[in-house]
Amino acid sequence: MTPKRILMQGNEACVEGAIAAGMRFFAGYPITPSTEIAERCAQRLPQVGGRFIQMEDELASMAAVLGASVTGVKAMTATSGPGFSLKQENIGYGCLAEIPCVIVDVQRSGPSTGLPTSPSQGDYMQARWGTHGDHPVIALSPSSVQETYRLVIRAFNLSEKYRTPVIFLMDEIVGHMREGVTLPDPRELIINKRHISYHDGANKQCYAVPEGEYVPAMKPFGQGERYNITGLAHDVSGFPTNNNQIAGALYTRLMEKIDRNLDDIVRVEEHMLDDADTAVVCFGGTARAAMSAVQQARAEGMKVGLFRPITVWPFPEAHLRARLPGLKRILMVEHNYGQMLLEVQRSAADRVPVSFLGRVDGTVIPPDDILRKLREMEGNAHAK
Amino acid sequence: MPSELVHKYLRIDHLPHIWCAGCGNGIIMRDVAVALQELIDDPEVPVSRDKTVVVSGIGCSSRAAGYLDFDSIHTTHGRAIAFATGIKFARPDLEVIVLTGDGDCSAIGGNHLIHAARRNIGLTVVTFNNDIYGMTGGQYSPTTPTGDKATTAPYGNLDRPFDIAQLAAGAGATFTARGSAYHARETTELIKQGILHKGFSLIDVYSVCPTYYGRKNGRGGPVEMLQWQKEHMVPAATYYAMSEEARRDKTLVGVLTHTENPEYTEQYAALVERVRAQSGK
Repeated sequence: MTPKRILMQGNEACVEGAIAAGMRFFAGYPITPSTEIAERCAQRLPQVGGRFIQMEDELASMAAVLGASVTGVKAMTATSGPGFSLKQENIGYGCLAEIPCVIVDVQRSGPSTGLPTSPSQGDYMQARWGTHGDHPVIALSPSSVQETYRLVIRAFNLSEKYRTPVIFLMDEIVGHMREGVTLPDPRELIINKRHISYHDGANKQCYAVPEGEYVPAMKPFGQGERYNITGLAHDVSGFPTNNNQIAGALYTRLMEKIDRNLDDIVRVEEHMLDDADTAVVCFGGTARAAMSAVQQARAEGMKVGLFRPITVWPFPEAHLRARLPGLKRILMVEHNYGQMLLEVQRSAADRVPVSFLGRVDGTVIPPDDILRKLREMEGNAHAK
Repeated sequence: MPSELVHKYLRIDHLPHIWCAGCGNGIIMRDVAVALQELIDDPEVPVSRDKTVVVSGIGCSSRAAGYLDFDSIHTTHGRAIAFATGIKFARPDLEVIVLTGDGDCSAIGGNHLIHAARRNIGLTVVTFNNDIYGMTGGQYSPTTPTGDKATTAPYGNLDRPFDIAQLAAGAGATFTARGSAYHARETTELIKQGILHKGFSLIDVYSVCPTYYGRKNGRGGPVEMLQWQKEHMVPAATYYAMSEEARRDKTLVGVLTHTENPEYTEQYAALVERVRAQSGK
């Protein structure tokens, strides 16, 4: 079969990828620049036997997605900054109760209502720390329409495998961009099914995990299991507890189920870094300008490479550290006031100086600005 | 000795419950359990235990979900109806019962209440309405009568109270009723009718909170508060036989509104069928 190549918007590719991943439930609320995701779900889900509902607000959308997921359906919602803030409490519920789902955040310029139609990457830290309390987070960020299709499938796969909400951190650039996309043959796709197990009827330890494992199997509601889910700290049977040892063990397991599987979860794209003395670190839509700047810098003889986190949370600390010995300098380029910068600085730990190029006026960062910054950094180095 | 009902439909391991002595919530939880038991045991009725899900929010009322031995989910404050909407819409064959309180469903969760009612989605909502925030120690709620005292209304409550059942009916609920902790048998029947009703049902059940509401407002202990319900709340048969004059200081225990309108998940199933027929799949 010849692969089909079609023109598609990033938001549309997100929906098509999600449907390919098995998403059959969407609850959302209109918000720019993510609205096309809801619109396409409204059109497409009935065609594939799925369900779309426009809820009364962002909080309800997140709640409905969690409710749907406990019945065994792969579920998704989509929003942007202000709505992402409103969803945070229930995202934390999903983390603690271990309910798989995907939350798409098509970032726009903020804070508050901000510049609703303008691009930004200002929700990077909110994706990690938006909900209260210590909790695990997986967040993935695509930089093209093609990648959006593939990566949202991975978002569902990780969500099911680790029983946790996954943040799909898009931005207005990728969400609204139209590009040629090659849709893969569905038979080539790897799709994780939910890990379901039937518990012992007499002893319903629905949150128990075998020794050395971190993720309990899940069973959908409506099968006669009669178990309990709560947002309170709970024991392995799913019932509230005030026992500090049990609560501590639960919170630790939740963190470890991600931290001990970084090799499986973390993905980066590395370009021309092997001989590079300068690394540009960049993610999402902004990485396209960075890639262009890196290519121009190479043409000018500068030894520059690109380091692009695809898994943005957990931050690919080990991958970046592995590159440090060959590097003289790092340039963090992101569409905010310096958020991933903090992770890069922490990972570089004074071994390699980190410069920053950011923007918060709602316009895109053009390759020329990055190139100019690279020349300046190179010039400063020679002047020393 | 716990009754057969308790053994069969309550999670014995997780009792005793957390409610204060004299709280009305235990009676209402029992009404829910009896209503479900009677429907499950009735071969004429398509309610099954394995396809029943109990959903609750946060507050005193919402602990009931954990004591009832069904699939149960104790969600976030105010969001029980929104979680329940997701469950029902994803699996319309499930019987979804929401147990909530006056604060949970009409203050922080008020938006979800009116919109679920407007959609006429097939949920059964039972409110444990005690006129106060009990879990946090006695603050005024949207059903606290004007002038009454609470820890956040030490000089009397200025707000006008909601009638939750009327609010739901006004928003489009197709079955609304009022029960009370005292009128256990009548309330059980109303909950059964609500579960059997196709569409959004709300049974607003007046609970009693002697610990906070009663103590703050000089209403006596649990016996006096239940006595008040006995004297001021009147089952339908008696209520409608009374003169208008005699009804003036009485509250009806019974069905308030009952209409038939298309249920949301059935409408959506028809939509899916229509779309798939058009696209030839």
